[in-house]
Amino acid sequence: MSAAYRPSTGYRTATTIAAWVLGILWLSPLLYAIWTAFHPAAYSTRFVLGAPLTLENFVRAWHAAPFSRYFFNTTIIVIMIVGAQCVLCTLAAFAFARSKFRGRDILFSLVLLQLMISPDILAVVNYRTIRALGAVDTLFGVALPYLTSAFGIFLLRQTFMTVPRDLEDAARIEGCGTLGVLWRVYVPLARPVYLAYGLVQVSFHWNNFLWPLIITNSVETRPLTVGLSVFSSVDQGIDWSVITAATLMTSGPLLVGFLVFQRQFVQSFMRAGIR
Amino acid sequence: MTHQPAADSTAFAASAAGPARQSPWQRWSGSVEAWLLLLPSVVLLATFTHIPIVATLIDSFYSTPRPNRPSRFVGLRNYEDMVADPLFWKVMWNNAVYAVGTIPLSIALALAMALFVNDRIPGRGFLRMAYFTPTVLPMIAVANIWLFFYTPDYGLLDQVLRLFGVGATNWLGMQETALGAIITVAVWKEAGFFMIFYLAALQQIPPDLREAAAIEGASRWTFFRRVTWPLLAPVTLFVLVNAIINAFRTVDHILVMTHGGPDNATNVLLLMIYETGFKFWDQGAATALTIVLLAVLSGLALFQFVVASRRVHYQ
Repeated sequence: MSAAYRPSTGYRTATTIAAWVLGILWLSPLLYAIWTAFHPAAYSTRFVLGAPLTLENFVRAWHAAPFSRYFFNTTIIVIMIVGAQCVLCTLAAFAFARSKFRGRDILFSLVLLQLMISPDILAVVNYRTIRALGAVDTLFGVALPYLTSAFGIFLLRQTFMTVPRDLEDAARIEGCGTLGVLWRVYVPLARPVYLAYGLVQVSFHWNNFLWPLIITNSVETRPLTVGLSVFSSVDQGIDWSVITAATLMTSGPLLVGFLVFQRQFVQSFMRAGIR
Repeated sequence: MTHQPAADSTAFAASAAGPARQSPWQRWSGSVEAWLLLLPSVVLLATFTHIPIVATLIDSFYSTPRPNRPSRFVGLRNYEDMVADPLFWKVMWNNAVYAVGTIPLSIALALAMALFVNDRIPGRGFLRMAYFTPTVLPMIAVANIWLFFYTPDYGLLDQVLRLFGVGATNWLGMQETALGAIITVAVWKEAGFFMIFYLAALQQIPPDLREAAAIEGASRWTFFRRVTWPLLAPVTLFVLVNAIINAFRTVDHILVMTHGGPDNATNVLLLMIYETGFKFWDQGAATALTIVLLAVLSGLALFQFVVASRRVHYQ
């Protein structure tokens, strides 16, 4: 703020204290889980300075369930979905942004319907479709309903509409076809949007639970989220040291990624959320 | 906003000039090209969103197919059964409580967080991270963390409360507290997410306004009530609609933490659909429930559209 309007020191101290109390309150459930995961079971609920640190709980969790397989499954699913979405949403967004054809606006509003109604809400019918395709309990079956996204189409269309026509005309004169124009002019200009969209989608599908829960029923296909819920409900009883370790392990890559790319993450969510 | 009509009219002029230059053949091949670009997305969206909506509606008028009894048309029977089921009303009530419980609290906290981090206070970067971190975690991980936090006697909550002489409490196991405990988790997960939208909007408010208000001698509270809050209205609308949608669409943490119990105290509509459809395999009942959920979500979409389009005039 400018020098003309400086808040009083009393007010500033009060806000700072309130902000910190809320911050600590906010982190406390997570910090408690971190404490328990990194200490031997004897110290899991005793907060003693200098309690011995250990990775034992993580080792036990890793060996107690096929987490490496779950990590693999989640990675494949996320790559399939985000890869396909980048291609398919780009093509569709380009058509909506730059082509004129009969029924375009009606079609676009029909596409937007999926913003509100995601495939897992229609699970009863979608499960039937996946079964008819023989894709129940496959990684492809988990990914299939999400291979394109209304949100991606919408976001990229908005971006493509801001690209000056002159650039496209120039590329066409140089001899570019439609796909050439798309690849050389539109996609490079939309790079920050792809990054933002990609981050949001990776974290969304890394965390997705209900649909994979419905469609998978074996170790070979379960993603991390479903694997973790099976692990903590059935296998472990109430060994909290191991469960918290497993929990942190499965969200670890996202958490680390978030801490490293904090600024990009926050900006991506912001950009992606404002419709 | 004032530039908008001008920009629109030039865009219109350009596009009006476009087709005039094109021969019918060019126009035809142009739309074929557009349809080819759209084809994969349209097929996928139709298969997993639009056709299922219609199929769900049709199925809701048919009985559930059983091995010895094929599906047959039953009219409104599924809906009559649904309305007669006390569990349905309980679930709708829970959903309403859940929505009313999460929304004002998330909005108030998100706004407070945004105002805190928008000021230059010590440790601003750390606090922003602390508020936002729950957003990045998978809901399943969040559920586990809170399950542990709530554990009777052993969890952090009871450990802290013990200092105040409160005994072990089964927060998730009691009818009176279970839904409140679930609501707390949702607020924890969501508030940081909504914070960033408020933060973005706060940074858009021109500093001159604040200076002008200072010169006029307006108090901090008056400035907030008369300037900041009205300027944040579009964000509040966005957050409001999203919070309601989330209240109807998120069941991950409920599935893990309580499974809808104890005695359906935390059961919500989508969870009931899941249980009816995939535990009892009762297609007729599950599709009728899905139609109710679709109606709720469409109503929200309509509300957002109407309010948002009315707002454009004085933005």
